[in-house]
Amino acid sequence: MSSNSVPTAKPVKTVGMHIGEAVPGCKKKDPILVVDSVSRTFGGLKAVDVEHLEIPRGAITALIGPNGAGKTTLFNLLTGFDKPDTGSWTFEGTPIGGMAAFKVARMGQVRTFQLTKALGLLTVMDNMLLGAKAQVGENLFRAVLPFLWRQQEADNRVKALDLLARFKLDTKKDDYAASLSGGQRKLLEMARALMSDPTLVMLDEPMAGVNPALTQSLLDHILNLKAEGMSVLFVEHDMHMVRHIADWVIVMAEGRVVAEGDPHEVMRNQAVIDAYLGQHHDEDLGEDPDAEKQNVGAIKELLDDEL
Amino acid sequence: MIDWGAIFSNAAVELISPTTAAYALAALGLAIHFGYTGLLNFGQAGFMALGAYGYAISTLSFGFPVWAAVLVGIGASVIFALILGIPTLRLRADYLAIVTIAAAEIVRLLFTTNSFEPITGSANGLSGYKGGFADLNPIPDGTYGFGPFEYNAYDWWLRIVAWTIVILACLFTWQIMRSPWGRVIKGIREDEDAVRALGKNVYFYKMQSLILGGVFGTVAGMIFVLPRAVVPSNYQTSLTFFIYAILLLGGAATILGPVIGSMIFWVLLSFFSGFIARAVEAGWIPFMTSIQAGQLRFILVGVAIMLIVIFRPQGIFGNKKELAFVK
Repeated sequence: MSSNSVPTAKPVKTVGMHIGEAVPGCKKKDPILVVDSVSRTFGGLKAVDVEHLEIPRGAITALIGPNGAGKTTLFNLLTGFDKPDTGSWTFEGTPIGGMAAFKVARMGQVRTFQLTKALGLLTVMDNMLLGAKAQVGENLFRAVLPFLWRQQEADNRVKALDLLARFKLDTKKDDYAASLSGGQRKLLEMARALMSDPTLVMLDEPMAGVNPALTQSLLDHILNLKAEGMSVLFVEHDMHMVRHIADWVIVMAEGRVVAEGDPHEVMRNQAVIDAYLGQHHDEDLGEDPDAEKQNVGAIKELLDDEL
Repeated sequence: MIDWGAIFSNAAVELISPTTAAYALAALGLAIHFGYTGLLNFGQAGFMALGAYGYAISTLSFGFPVWAAVLVGIGASVIFALILGIPTLRLRADYLAIVTIAAAEIVRLLFTTNSFEPITGSANGLSGYKGGFADLNPIPDGTYGFGPFEYNAYDWWLRIVAWTIVILACLFTWQIMRSPWGRVIKGIREDEDAVRALGKNVYFYKMQSLILGGVFGTVAGMIFVLPRAVVPSNYQTSLTFFIYAILLLGGAATILGPVIGSMIFWVLLSFFSGFIARAVEAGWIPFMTSIQAGQLRFILVGVAIMLIVIFRPQGIFGNKKELAFVK
């Protein structure tokens, strides 16, 4: 495995998913998630204000934007972890606006968290088994009668071992999740999400806090999700990664979707540059020069990559 | 001179006393709440009071048979758990602690108030409800046993029933905690949002846990009043804290911990009280009256529990590895 976080083999990109111009809120040929006029305010701050958004099926979609753009809030809303002030959305044609998080997950839309939520004092195997859907033994009365769920448990165990092997965690299966490294916990969280055979996997900053040696394998795992027919929506700050694996990029700023498009096209969009650098970047560096410098760095990085 | 034999035999009696069984069962209920699900229930005394009063009132005021009186107590605690859980289980864990501690006090004060004196007996409590349970006793009259464990037929019947219930409750808890249900429950203890994201109805599971542990507390309350009378002052908040002490002593997320913890707690308590009372009599502790000595045992038990929590924080049966990771 190369220590370079950008692999040499280019993943196959899905193209031609949208209808008409690639403008914010443009229609997709086969959307899996359709969002309409969703807004969420915290006090006086409008954290999310999205008029229309469609997430394509069978593709990897990246949700990017500067800090405070409302990416994670939108994530929380779409997965039922937060309630919107207004708005509705459908998942595979079923309206799920305002639905409880556990019901959303049961429908096949699972998420991971920015701050990894490995269940520390459960073993890695128990973490995995918890991800399986429709378990007979999760009913209190049937739990008392092991013969009702023993077979299903054994099947889930086989499936979990298979997934753990793919994520190279199979040797750790009997360890407490708390003993894993940060990167391994990210892998475990992703593997656990896959136990439920989701159709849409939503990853909140999958690369945050992962050491470069693991980055490559995480990237491959995300690409594998797509290869297996799942749709992926992820929030990420690492532009190399976005460019490398995303088929479609949605850019948010100040709660709104400001641009959408192919990862190479969208970075040149004036709205994106404005979002990252501020509209008057040529006049004033603003109150927080460090943050501005980082953003300038990010944009430079992007432009360098292009050349 | 101190009669060591009497001190030790009095302490040994506590090993299998119905009170020890009642505390063990209440602590097992708390293990389900606190140790496995992470619910901070500080109102276990309230659940026990509902069991005691539910059983006694339905026997005395309504003439119910034993099985119906037991069901009344369990029904009352299920309703109590629902009332506690519906508003608080969606909130952070500490809110449940505040609500349960207050609700248990409300229950106790309701049973103490003079307004319901004809039914609850107010501060004097209730007695004379044991007939139905004694009539079920298949053991012929007489005295059985050896050494310090010598009881009449009723006392043996009570001990056998109490410990059978404790053993069954342990087996039940052991079985559900190693099932997928228990896995969800333990997952909720670790991080309920993660479990929610995996498609589990966390609120529903927390409610089931609250009810189940509460029912254990209620049955414990019934066992607790069978060798004595129902007195409202027994159900003060300190009762909950004794049960927490037992739970932490044995190990919070264990099955045998609450049982062994209860045995150790009561044997130690009896030993200290016997020893101190006799030591004062013998003039070993000249600065202390016998009334003060009666209180000293709780101080000594407190010190003993502190030592255990400091030097063996996982409890007697807890897994040391679980505490190796600081959250």
